[in-house]
Formats: sequence, C-alpha cells, structure tokens
Amino acid sequence: MTRTLDTTTSTAPRTGRLRPSAGRQHHAGPLTYVLLGLAALMSLFPLYWNLVAASHSGERVVEAPAPLLPGPRLFDNLSFAWNQVDMGEALVNTTIVAGLVTLSTVLFSTLAGFAFARLPFKGRGAMLALVVATMTIPPQLSVIPLYQIITDLGWVDQLQAVVLPSLVAAFGVFFMRQFLIEALPAELVEAARIDGAHSLRIIWHVVFPVARPAMAVLGMLVFVQAWNDFFWPFIALTPDGNPTLQVALAGLGAGNHTVDQAVVLTGALISTVPLLLVFAVLGKHIVGGITAGAVKN
Amino acid sequence: MATSVRATGGGSAPPAAQAPGSGAGPDSPGPRPSGRSGWRSTLYRLDLKAVPYVFIAPFFLTFAAFGLFPLIYTGWLSLHRVELGGSAQWKGTENYSSLATSEFFWNALANTFTIGVISTVPQLLMALGLAHLLNYKLRGRGFFRVAILAPYATSIAAATLVFAQLFNTDYGLINTVLGWAGFDPIAWESSKWPAQIAISTIVTWRWTGYNALIYLAAMQAVPQDLYEAAALDGATRWRQFLSVTIPSIRPTILFTIIVSTIGASQLFGEPMLFGGSVGISGGSGNQFQTLSLLMYEKGWVTGALGQASAIAWVMLLLLLLIGGLQTLVSRSNRNRNRNRAGRIRTKAGS
Repeated sequence: MTRTLDTTTSTAPRTGRLRPSAGRQHHAGPLTYVLLGLAALMSLFPLYWNLVAASHSGERVVEAPAPLLPGPRLFDNLSFAWNQVDMGEALVNTTIVAGLVTLSTVLFSTLAGFAFARLPFKGRGAMLALVVATMTIPPQLSVIPLYQIITDLGWVDQLQAVVLPSLVAAFGVFFMRQFLIEALPAELVEAARIDGAHSLRIIWHVVFPVARPAMAVLGMLVFVQAWNDFFWPFIALTPDGNPTLQVALAGLGAGNHTVDQAVVLTGALISTVPLLLVFAVLGKHIVGGITAGAVKN
Repeated sequence: MATSVRATGGGSAPPAAQAPGSGAGPDSPGPRPSGRSGWRSTLYRLDLKAVPYVFIAPFFLTFAAFGLFPLIYTGWLSLHRVELGGSAQWKGTENYSSLATSEFFWNALANTFTIGVISTVPQLLMALGLAHLLNYKLRGRGFFRVAILAPYATSIAAATLVFAQLFNTDYGLINTVLGWAGFDPIAWESSKWPAQIAISTIVTWRWTGYNALIYLAAMQAVPQDLYEAAALDGATRWRQFLSVTIPSIRPTILFTIIVSTIGASQLFGEPMLFGGSVGISGGSGNQFQTLSLLMYEKGWVTGALGQASAIAWVMLLLLLLIGGLQTLVSRSNRNRNRNRAGRIRTKAGS
C-alpha cells in the first residue's frame, strides 16, 4: 500500500501550485466551455436550490413542482433555525472544534514534518512509512473502544471527545514533510546550527518562516475537514446535548425538532455558508493546496 | 540528506546553544561563547539526539492512544460477547462465523461494493474528462476551478439533506424533470437500485471536482515535448490523451483510486441521512445498508459490541485485500508496459 503511494513522486510537479496556464497551448473550443459550464452548473445547482428551499415555507417545499426561485421566508426560517433548533449553539461548537483541531494539527504536523524532512534520527524511514500506513485505517476500527473510553470519562457530549482524537493527522505530517523537503534547504538548518542555535530557535526563526505558506494551506484543508467531520462526532455527541453543526443536522434530518423541510434545509444552509465564504475568498489557495497534497503523495 | 554537525566525544564541541531571551536580536545569531563547558555540550548533544523524537511524539502519542490501542482493543472485543458497561465473555471466532452465515452481513457487503463501484467509477472518469477540459487555455479558469470544488466544501449532512429532497419520489425536482421528459416517477428511496444510484450521486457530486483538480495538477506536470513528439508522429488530440496524458498521470490515478476506495468502503453518513427514519437499517428492506451502518446498528442499536467489532475488523481485512490487489494489478501493468517499451526499443535498434 505505502509503496504504491510512494511511486507517485515521479510525477510530482516542482511546486504544488497550479500554473495559471497549462503546459499545453491549445485554446479551448466552444464545446469545452459548454461542457465546463454544465459541470459548474451541476456543481452549484444543489447549493442554489438549498438557498431556494430555505426561503420558502415548509408546505411549499414539499409541494410539486418544487420551487426554483427564492421565496419570501428566508429570514423567518433563519430565526426559527437559530432559536428553536439551536443551530446557533452548534455553529459556535463547530467553530471551537474546527479552530482547535486546525491550530494543533498545523503546529504538530509542522514539527513532525520538519523532523522527518531535515533531522536525522534512528528509524526515520520506518516511522514515516508507519505515518503513511495509518492513513488507510478506517475510523470504524477505533470508534467502539473510544466510545467506551469517553463513556467511562463522562465525556459523552463534551467537545474534547471530538477534539482530542484529531489533534494531529497523518496527512498533515506527510504534507508538511513533502513541502519542507523541497522548500527548506539543509544548508539553512546547518548554518543555524553552526551559529549555535538550538532546535526551538531553529523552529521559530528558520522552519516557521519557510513553512508559512504550506501551514496556511494545510490549515485551510484541516479546517474544512474538521468542520464537516461526521462519523465520530455523530457517535460522541448528541443532537440535543452539545452538537456540532453536522450532528445537529443529523438530528434535524431524523425529525428531532421539526419535520418542516424548509427549516431542515435552512439548517443545512447555515452549516454550508461559512465554508462557502471561506472558499469564495481563499478558493485559489485551497485549490493549490489540494493539488499539492495529493499529487506529491 | 542533512548531515548535521555532531559533537564528537574527543573532538571540539560545537558552540553551545544560546539560552533563549539572553538579549540577542531575533534574527541575529547569538555571540559565540569561546569557552567550552561540559554541560552545555551535553545539552547540545541531547538537543540533537532527542529533539527529533520530541517533534514526532505528538503524532505517535495521539495515534497510539486514539488509533492503535482502539484498533487492537477492537480486535480483542471481536473475540468476545460484550455489551456497553458489561463484562466480556470469551467467544473465540464465534462473532466471525456468525457473520459468515448472516444474510444482513452479506447484504451490507454487497451494498458497500455496488454503491462503491457506481460512485467511484463514474466519479473518476468524469474527473479525468473535466481535468482534460480545464487543461486547455481558458477564460474564467479560476471560476471553473472554484465552482467544481464548491461541493467539496459542502458537508455530508448538508449535501445529503438537500439531495434527499431533490430525489423525493412525490415532489422532488428530479422526478419532476423526468416527468417533463415523459418518464414515470421513480421510487428513489424504496427501490434498491434507484436508492443506491441516488446515494452514489451524492458521493459523486461531492468528490468529482476535487479529483478533477488533482488530475489537472498531474497533467500540468507532463512534459510538453512528449505532446510535441506525439503530434509530430501524427497523433490526434484524442490519441495524445490516451497515449501520453493517461500513462503520464497513472500514479496519480492509482492514488485517487486508492483514496476513493477507502472512502467508499466507509460510507456511512450519506445512506443514513438519505434513509431518514429508516436510515440506520439502510432503508425499509436494508436495500442500501452499508457495512458501516450495519456496524453502527450492531453496536449502538442492538448493543452487541463484539459483533460490531468483528464487522470493523472485516472492513480492515477487506481494505488490505483490495490494497494488495491494486498493488498487484499496478505492478503487472507496469511490467507489461516495460516489456512493451523494451520490445519497441529492440525493434528500433534492429
């Protein structure tokens, strides 16, 4: 498994960024624009329709033919979802969880990535292989004991139950290692050593400045993942206790507070819009980060 | 590889590390102490030797506590009969043998496989096509890239709740459009294949753009002169795509196949939320119950933790099996290509 992942380095581009124009100088014909337009439409339509459904009454949403244009009830639905269904609390919880997970993952991944990229130590190769191998283990294999543990600790419905297992991710370690191997010259680390800098100083004055762009990209990727994480939070938290947005949505979908589909879809909208805003602002960088992380694997 | 300066026992020790906050400017290296003090060089040696382990410790500690220990413990649980809070009774491989005779297990395994195939194959083929289109010189390139990535920003829960409405049998937009085209309404939730296709559509919608961008990055790394040489040989655009692009990005394709397979084998949120009140059993007739859902049902609805653990371990073994198969296939492919290339070379040489 790991060996197949490693073979990909042969096609790795020198930088993770997508070039503004491809290597091929063919101009796109009209058919290309039509097909890409269709793809964009298919990608965006469900999101548009989510907005449409959230702006109608529950009766109207479940009436054929389904509405295609926005209606008048968006703010009523938003205030209902915010106040009656506690989507507001779920939004705060999700922000806390995703924020903490992002900070700790970026920090620890950078430290470990630096060690794997530029510090010699015994067993480095084997340990890196182990890091990559852990990426393939399904979360299903750990949730049963984890649930027993958090039950014993009284952490069911406590946010630390979903934060702690995600403090650092194998993907992040590998991502930072790949970046630092290319971006951080060994000479720079050695020069700092010869100048008598100890490791913490090197981290602060050499590694962090060089790694900053990759840390930002990793941060965005981890934030999206943590924000949308479903399986373990769904087990560890309950919709009526202390849910993240995804858990609250699962409760809505199961008809916990309301069977009003307009309200359910308003909840979906509340969970999606913050990330869509992030994408709208930082989309380019996220695109670059996704391709950097994957192609270099 | 960086060979760092080491303090050798008898040799000259490198200058000792400067204590933080001793007044040196942030970017100026500290003044070099001329005197050699034993404890400082010891400290320095310790710094070199121990620090790498300190830096990787957070990952390995987290993995040990929340990955490895639970993994092994799940294996132990799978050999017992146990309920939450209760004591475990040793059962040997009974949980596994009862899985082998359970129609629910085989049904879930088959569903996981079929949903996996009908979500992964079209998804990756469409992603390849999209990447190829995005690889042309385009106006509005940035818009297209961000637009096809928007589904990736949407969570499983939000996407599934929206699609569940679009696929609703009575009032959903998809049946409405089919009606305009003259088709009868399709029972998307209650029939087996429509339900599996609907769930696969959600997966495909969320991941196609993401994979397309990965392919695009790989395509942009293909050397231009390969295309030029192919064009000189009279290869059409389509031929170039088949004979230059695809072989060049094969490792990336393999990577996406592996990642998508892992994802498909763990499918949980989409079928559960798509099924609404009967989501955990994967529909009224278990027609889209996946292995993950069955495991959750056994563990959290039935309360049979041993059986749930056995299902989890079967999932791991299946992944290892698939991973092994994929490795074999890719290796034999590579060998075949190498042989073919060798033959062509000898022909040219003769």
